[in-house]
Amino acid sequence: MTRTGDNRARLIALYTTMCRIRAFEETALAAHKAGEIPGPLHVSIGQEAVAAGICLNLRRDDRITSNHRGHGHALAKGAGVSGMMEELFGRAGGHCRGKGGSMHIADFSVGMLGANGVVAGGIPIAVGAAQGLKMMGSDAIVACFFGDGAINRGPFLEGLNWAALYRLPVLFVCEDNGVAAFTATASVTAGPGVAARAESLGVPCLSVDGNNAAAVDAAASRLVAEIRGGGGPQLLHATTYRITGHTSSDPAAWRDPTDVEAARAAEPIGRLRARLAEEGVSLAELDALLGDAQAEMSAARAAALTAPWPDPAVAWEDVQDSGAVQGAA
Amino acid sequence: MAEITLVEAARRAAQQEMRRDPSIWVLGEDVARGGLFGQYRGFLEEFGEGRIVSTPISESVIMGAGLGAALVGTRPIIEMRIFDFVMCAMDELVNQVAKVRYMFGGQARPAVVIRMPHGIWRNSAAQHSQMLESWFTHIPGLVVVVPSTPADTAGLLVSALRSDDPVLFFDPKNLFPLTGEVPEVIAPIPFGQARRSRMGDDLTIVTWSAIVPQVEEAAATLAARGISADLLDLRTLWPWDEEAVVASVARTGRLLVVHEAVTTGGFGAEVVSRVIERLGPAALKAVARLGQPRVPVPFAPPLEDALKVDAAKVVAAAEALVRA
Ligand SMILES: Cc1ncc(C[n+]2csc(CCOP(=O)(O)OP(=O)(O)O)c2C)c(N)n1
Repeated sequence: MTRTGDNRARLIALYTTMCRIRAFEETALAAHKAGEIPGPLHVSIGQEAVAAGICLNLRRDDRITSNHRGHGHALAKGAGVSGMMEELFGRAGGHCRGKGGSMHIADFSVGMLGANGVVAGGIPIAVGAAQGLKMMGSDAIVACFFGDGAINRGPFLEGLNWAALYRLPVLFVCEDNGVAAFTATASVTAGPGVAARAESLGVPCLSVDGNNAAAVDAAASRLVAEIRGGGGPQLLHATTYRITGHTSSDPAAWRDPTDVEAARAAEPIGRLRARLAEEGVSLAELDALLGDAQAEMSAARAAALTAPWPDPAVAWEDVQDSGAVQGAA
Repeated sequence: MAEITLVEAARRAAQQEMRRDPSIWVLGEDVARGGLFGQYRGFLEEFGEGRIVSTPISESVIMGAGLGAALVGTRPIIEMRIFDFVMCAMDELVNQVAKVRYMFGGQARPAVVIRMPHGIWRNSAAQHSQMLESWFTHIPGLVVVVPSTPADTAGLLVSALRSDDPVLFFDPKNLFPLTGEVPEVIAPIPFGQARRSRMGDDLTIVTWSAIVPQVEEAAATLAARGISADLLDLRTLWPWDEEAVVASVARTGRLLVVHEAVTTGGFGAEVVSRVIERLGPAALKAVARLGQPRVPVPFAPPLEDALKVDAAKVVAAAEALVRA
């Protein structure tokens, strides 16, 4: 393949992943609205380029940790769709046997060490996974996804200091969508922000337009190579925008409509589509990729809806080896 | 068999297991220089800085990194320095370590041993003396180990380091100098088996951790006064040896639970409740708990002494129970 051919294949890979994330989350939102999925869902519509761009540069034996908004990270890392959809539906075939749900999706078989219901909760785990891998002589690395809201929690400070101190193979990824739940992060964050905080802790920081998938990919490609080569941790600060509300029950009416309009115009899938069209990819081909993704996710939804519930006995399993579970059935 | 201190017994157990299993390593503040109590003395020389890692004062990451390292296949000993500092790592312990196996449907094995020297020690006051072991029995997923002798400390630490469960190991720091016989090759002691320290018929005394020598002294005094106590050191609080306790109380009809921790909400409440549920209230002639009043541990020796459980208080409580 020519260089242009390589480049185009990469862009198509990004596009495919982003369409699958978008289709998965739109399908899940519809299923939630229809009462098929219990509990809250945090979707990342508008942020797909970050997950896709980072994970395209990871090997299967690399690990990731994620946060409460983690469907995209898991899919991009290769987690199986039926296991994810069934987990959202609380079914027996879910990756976590229906015990975790959206906020605790994990697929260890592809190195996805877990979403996390606690903001910044994945940071210490990522750092330790990197320390363990390094200790075992592996050259696998860990990508640690968190939002801008996480930088005001202690584990961010402790974790970055620690990773820099032991030169651990961690790529910290701050997905900066400008808000933490319903609060503008800038309104609760003193000082010059995440880059300055990281630099002050000895972790170099690169900022990137997180809605430009090709730019995220290029940045990640360089950082991952440096980290894998033993250069120590780095932070990628990816600015983006969350088009939907905080949770599935938040219509985001609190958003300024002009902001949302602008964000829709700048959303990453449309941008990548325009870029691919410029590169000579036909719109029919791009439509087909999106259509395939939507068909895949609709089929996963239909299958999850009729998939068996976990046997109630499963609630007593996976607690611990020592001692019997106490408490009557 | 050699007569060694409790802290040396713990040191030898960890050393033995680290020689056996190269995936075991230690992280915590000052551990490479031997640890605050010498429980890791010589480890740097023997195992190298890759396996005994002195860390920043970052309890959240000490705990969380231990978990992360376990998730990729290593077996960390997470040293908390002094129990009270685990409060700075509660999210990592309670929301992460204790839950990952369950939440992820069995994909994770958080095989970590969290060592937390606890209890009243050298007038260290309210933030360095706590005994909050009962909190952790309330959290599914965790194992709670509370030894009181050199041999039990060694054998239970070996079990902890061979377990795939997250084990909270409460080193009884006031008993570190206590001596006892410990075998050259330390065999694992299973979780959930009480140690009968004395046989008796008049009442059952259930106890654990740092207060055990005081209770044993009290039992000897009681024996001299004609009261024979059946004395059980639980050694682990989750799982715990309900069968041994229930069988003993079924025989004696009287139950006294003694712990150094505050009585209110202490694990003694659980022991008493389970015994009553199992035997029915009619089986019990008398029952009592003895622990600290619900007051923080004070600094001045006369204040500390006024609150803390000692042999005399155990004798008084036992005599009252037998008279009841
Ligand atoms: C420690 C903690 N505090 C509060 C919450 C509740 N909460 C869930 S998501 C969230 C906002 C997080 O902001 P950010 O990380 O920037 O991600 P975003 O939701 O904006 O994408 C909050 C406050 C939590 N889950 N964990």
